[in-house]
Amino acid sequence: MPILAGLVGDLPFDWKAVTSGDRRALARAFTALESADLDVLSAIADRVFEHSVDVPTVGMTGPPGVGKSTLVGAVTTELRRRGATVGVLAVDPSSPRGGGALLGDRIRMANHAEDPGVYIRSFADRRVGGGLAPAVPLGAELLAVAGYDVVLIETVGVGQAELEVARTASTVVLVLAPNSGDGVQADKAGIMEVADIFVVNKADVGGAGQLERAIEHSMSSVPTEGASAWTPPVVRTVAVRGEGSAQLVDHVLEHRRALKGSGALVARRTEQARRWIEALVLEAALAEQRSKLEGELRESVREAAVEVATRKVSPYRAARRLHD
Amino acid sequence: MKAVTAKIGLDGHYRGIKFVSRVLRDYGAEVVFLGFHKSASAVAQVAVDEDADLIALSFLSPDYMSHVKDLHEALKAMGGHDIVLILGGLVDPDDHEQLRTLGVDRVFGLETKASDLIDYLDSRTDRPETASTKET
Repeated sequence: MPILAGLVGDLPFDWKAVTSGDRRALARAFTALESADLDVLSAIADRVFEHSVDVPTVGMTGPPGVGKSTLVGAVTTELRRRGATVGVLAVDPSSPRGGGALLGDRIRMANHAEDPGVYIRSFADRRVGGGLAPAVPLGAELLAVAGYDVVLIETVGVGQAELEVARTASTVVLVLAPNSGDGVQADKAGIMEVADIFVVNKADVGGAGQLERAIEHSMSSVPTEGASAWTPPVVRTVAVRGEGSAQLVDHVLEHRRALKGSGALVARRTEQARRWIEALVLEAALAEQRSKLEGELRESVREAAVEVATRKVSPYRAARRLHD
Repeated sequence: MKAVTAKIGLDGHYRGIKFVSRVLRDYGAEVVFLGFHKSASAVAQVAVDEDADLIALSFLSPDYMSHVKDLHEALKAMGGHDIVLILGGLVDPDDHEQLRTLGVDRVFGLETKASDLIDYLDSRTDRPETASTKET
């Protein structure tokens, strides 16, 4: 029904219903976000930014198996106890073969499935890298517009190059657990620098004190730019029993107050916006080049490949020739 | 395609549902695996929230009919009646007809092979695609 579609502004879901708390409509909106159709994304973004609400967005990141999902569940319980509604975006990796994914984060958040004040959505990262899924940045904004007071983002288990969440969240929580690799691993990744709060989860297991000291030692050697008003605290939690989640929420709220008080929140949002715009520009350029390679350049590439394979020309020279 | 896989009720035999989850994943689906001991209403709410195209349940205990009834009712109430529902496990052939009236699209028996499930999924390509299946 193209005429009707035109009337609702070309959105494949009911926008009014989304903003009035209809979960079915919100779920449909997320599917539209995941469609990766640029026109749809742009239309959604227009509306989202028109109604924009600034809510705390908390990124929870850390190595696989440290208890991120369980901690997100515990923090959700604590936030609900304080009367806040919670939106959760949980990202798991896509399978390297077939493009499918097994999304298991919800198993650890089972208590919240039927709570009307909690909306959880699972994402596959679709192998974009960085620990997030393509739909997450706009998805976080969408949850805020849909009326959720706090947005929690759980990244895939990070290796040594997964920092995308720092470009979306207003507070980054780095979750570690005893015996999950020493501080050097985190140092290599550069994730120590982006963490606003450290969590030592599974603190009832031996080695928690050692890990805490390693974090503090590592932090003391992190170069700070100017006089930073915020020193990342280290919080001990036992997420399976909910222990420490109240302190963690306190620190998150305190961090937000500190960011706002020092004007750093605006600076952070501006920096994130800059990177977001740059990524979109690069993405558009990439799509343009890709369609050229599949279209008008296809034959030339084939011919060049023969020349490169027979060592008549280098791949660099061939690429430059195609580009000019 | 987005799928939700789960076991409802107290039955804890989960080899079947794990197998199905993997077949779905390798088919290219994004599978929200809920594990076992779930309630029908929780599965329905998750399927609606995730905007799932498919719910796959496994039963090896004889109480499946009441759970499927509850799920069917819950999905209707939440506006998720268009989500395709399939069942696997130990299901009495005499019950197939009644299950069909409760929205079950297909029942797979104990001897089901991965290829049976894949053939079925291929036959249901009228379902809306997700970006993940479109891209590959």
